[in-house]
Amino acid sequence: MVKVFEKRESTLGAADLAGPDPVSLSLRVNGQTFSFVAEPRRTLLDALRYDLGLTGAKKGCDEGTCGACTVLLNGKPVYSCLLLAVECQGHEIETIEGLAKGGKLHPVQEAFVEHDALQCGFCTPGQILSIKALLDENPEPTEEDIKRAVSGNLCRCGAYPHIVEAARAAAKKLPR
Amino acid sequence: MPKVIKTEVEFEGRFYEEYIVLEGEDLSPWGPDRDRDFRLVGKPQPRVDGPERVTGAAKFTHDVRLPGMLYGRILRCPHPHARIQRLDTSKAEKLSGVRLVLSAENAPEIPWRMGLTKLFDRTLRYAGEEVALVVADEEEICYDALELIEVEYKPLPFVVDPEKALEPNAPKVHESGNLLNGAPEVYERGDLQKGFEEADVVVEGTFRTQSVLHNCMETHGSVAHWEGDTLVIWDSTQHIFGVRAQVAQALGLPLHRVRVIKQYMGGGFGSKNAAGKYTVMAALAAQRTGRPVQVLLDRFEENLAAGNRPSTVQTLKLGATREGRLTAIYHKSILNVGAYAAWPASASGPTKRLYECPNVKTEDYSVFTNLGPFSAFRAPGYVEGTFALEAMMDELARKLSLDPLELRLRNYAEVDPITNKPYTTKGLRAAYERGAQLIDWEERERVKKERSRGTKRIGFGMASQIWGGSGGPPAYALVKINPDGTATVITGTQDIGTGTRTALAQIAAEALGFPLESIRVELGDTQWGVYSPLSAGSMTLASVGPAVRAAAEDARSQLLEVGSQVLEIPRDALTLENGEFVDSRDGKRSPVRTIFEKLLNYTIVGQGARGPNPEDKNVNTFGAQFAQVEVDLETGTVKVERMVAVHESGRVINPLTIRSQLYGGIIQGLGYALMERRLEDPRRGIVVNPSLETYKVPTIEDVPEIVAEMVDLPDPEANPLGVKGVGEPPIIPTAAAVANAVADALGFRIHELPLTRDRVLTELLSRDQDRGRGRGEGDR
Ligand code: FES
Ligand code: FES
Repeated sequence: MVKVFEKRESTLGAADLAGPDPVSLSLRVNGQTFSFVAEPRRTLLDALRYDLGLTGAKKGCDEGTCGACTVLLNGKPVYSCLLLAVECQGHEIETIEGLAKGGKLHPVQEAFVEHDALQCGFCTPGQILSIKALLDENPEPTEEDIKRAVSGNLCRCGAYPHIVEAARAAAKKLPR
Repeated sequence: MPKVIKTEVEFEGRFYEEYIVLEGEDLSPWGPDRDRDFRLVGKPQPRVDGPERVTGAAKFTHDVRLPGMLYGRILRCPHPHARIQRLDTSKAEKLSGVRLVLSAENAPEIPWRMGLTKLFDRTLRYAGEEVALVVADEEEICYDALELIEVEYKPLPFVVDPEKALEPNAPKVHESGNLLNGAPEVYERGDLQKGFEEADVVVEGTFRTQSVLHNCMETHGSVAHWEGDTLVIWDSTQHIFGVRAQVAQALGLPLHRVRVIKQYMGGGFGSKNAAGKYTVMAALAAQRTGRPVQVLLDRFEENLAAGNRPSTVQTLKLGATREGRLTAIYHKSILNVGAYAAWPASASGPTKRLYECPNVKTEDYSVFTNLGPFSAFRAPGYVEGTFALEAMMDELARKLSLDPLELRLRNYAEVDPITNKPYTTKGLRAAYERGAQLIDWEERERVKKERSRGTKRIGFGMASQIWGGSGGPPAYALVKINPDGTATVITGTQDIGTGTRTALAQIAAEALGFPLESIRVELGDTQWGVYSPLSAGSMTLASVGPAVRAAAEDARSQLLEVGSQVLEIPRDALTLENGEFVDSRDGKRSPVRTIFEKLLNYTIVGQGARGPNPEDKNVNTFGAQFAQVEVDLETGTVKVERMVAVHESGRVINPLTIRSQLYGGIIQGLGYALMERRLEDPRRGIVVNPSLETYKVPTIEDVPEIVAEMVDLPDPEANPLGVKGVGEPPIIPTAAAVANAVADALGFRIHELPLTRDRVLTELLSRDQDRGRGRGEGDR
């Protein structure tokens, strides 16, 4: 994040700023292992987007306030911009790219299309993963449960009413 | 033979004269009688690009990844007004991984914002203005490098309050003064003084609205890449052709060497109507480094530099007869346009146009301050103006002991009050009736009595809206029939999330007599798209839709002509249905592709252009919204319990996606009414809440029950599809309806937005104190 108002430290030389050198990292994403080299400060979000080419998780704020970067870590929704890639090694990560199987949409994805639970679609991968995690854990959620599950996923287009409809429809569709 | 004619086109409440070239045959309009024949138009249709949007396959500008791509980040000025004394980028340049630093030291002088500034200016007029661009191998390196740029600023006197900026000795934002164009924009009809003399009652009030931020989920940004001598730009924009023209001009390139692409974008809401400095910077950096460069704003930059809805101070005075007929309206607005403005802002649109009133005067003062420049934001000026005007209408109704809805009906404009032209259609009366029914308007006093308990007060309020949304020329489309019987629709429009791609596919399939699955709509690329206007002003569908229909009809008639000869069926016995030729004599069907078995790669290309708008009529959209709220006198919490919205925007092409637009507009309007506000520190001249942590946009938990409907009223005189726009209408009356409901619940009016707990409590408290001192009777 650019800190616009901070006084710049003009006494620092280039060498002072160099952090630890890039290290080799390995992540388990959508059931596959990916190895790459990056600086230890690389976030999980940047690793997915830049190193793995998985751009489904979006960067809306890079500071844990919008939910566009939501992915599942061991089945639980997390803001990937708030995690370092290094600390995610050895865990199972699921992104939006891993949801559709064999060219067939996941029931939550299908419901999002059918109920038009999106407009621009930028927040959508995050919304879908939050709903998927909810339904995996609680196949019969109430409206309150649904709202709580995505209350950390902002949608500036205001798709919210349709997101609730889609989540309900997906809950009905999913095998119990 | 092309024919050139002159026509009037409205955009965001302003009228422009345009010359247009007419081509092709006039289409017979799709009137209400056509509805029963439609297979696709008017039916709920999930988005044709839904699967891309839910799988992560949709590529936004943020997602563009090119071989060797570099990343750019912008250094921004920390002062509200300053001059650069010294700028030293040498340390940053030496950092390993840094490929380029662009600044006033080494970049060409490119005029910006109507020449008020430059791409890299040494005088900076708001905190957040661009100072330098760093380009590096990784984003993280850019951030390190930004820290190494040394800038010495000479701080200058600044002003952020527009009322202070108008004072004689105020610090000057620009040498030419702080009032845009040196004078207010004035509109006058009738005789204002006479109008007030004729009035039996007069109401007056001053209203303040806050500056709000678009906060598109995808921040502004561009990727630039040179393919030989052609510059290719991916831009998160609402106007690919506009960006092309702007970038070509900035860099002195011919138009055919600039290609602008935008497939998916994460929201715009008016803030992405033009190229940004980041766009031109990316292009320059790509040229200098010989590599693709991506420049994206982060959330902070977005909220400092990427536009806002100007704050307003509005004074309104309304006069009316005892019977409730308006005799005069005076409306003065001061609008904070920030450091730069391409056109004047205005809040007086609804005052001029919503009600019949013979004597009207409005004055709009667009004032420069040392804050980020304003930009269009979903129904610019109309959201702000409707809040104030509709509040005054309610005050008038109260004074006259009239039902607020009845007062509005008594001033219903049967013709446009500015032009005196009749409307093509006006569904406002129907919207009032349906809305009143849905909220149970007649029962509101009973509900208030029953449900106002303890510290809770229930209130009801309503508001009306008028907007343009006619769309207009120029807009073009092509429809290509492929040898396998599929069709490609080509236009230069953009789908900014509203469902344009889907609606255009429905229209093309309907007009061609093809199944929807056989249509692919290509848009968002200047290189092979034909010109279409920007996607703003609720004008996309009504501009591009008729062109697509015309192109499809052209392709269809060519197809029938050729088909009749190949199949040896008389032309007038041949029709197209569901992708098949049908011989009406015996009902025999043959798929379109059969003729290409003989014709091989013969290609049919249909062409279509948007025709003119009607000359003797006004094209407008209308709507009414009704709010039911609960206000807690103890905590100041305003809870919207229900919002009913009924809008008229001509024919509905896709009832599913139109509902998404209605919800979206209403929810943004609720944010404006209740929680959103950019906060400025007047002593330091900076914005203190440029993040999503501190700037509150509605979450799913903030959304009340919303009942949203359309008055489906095809408007065949507006254009051959009978459609009008709907993107902006639902945001317009939202805050106004909520504020009126809150006033109804409280028994007094709060003249300022947003209606946060803090504000409501403060107002309640000050009234308690007044009452304690024996004042406050009838203090509304
Ligand atoms: S990008 Fe991670 S929460 Fe916004
Ligand atoms: S669909 Fe646009 S932000 Fe949610």
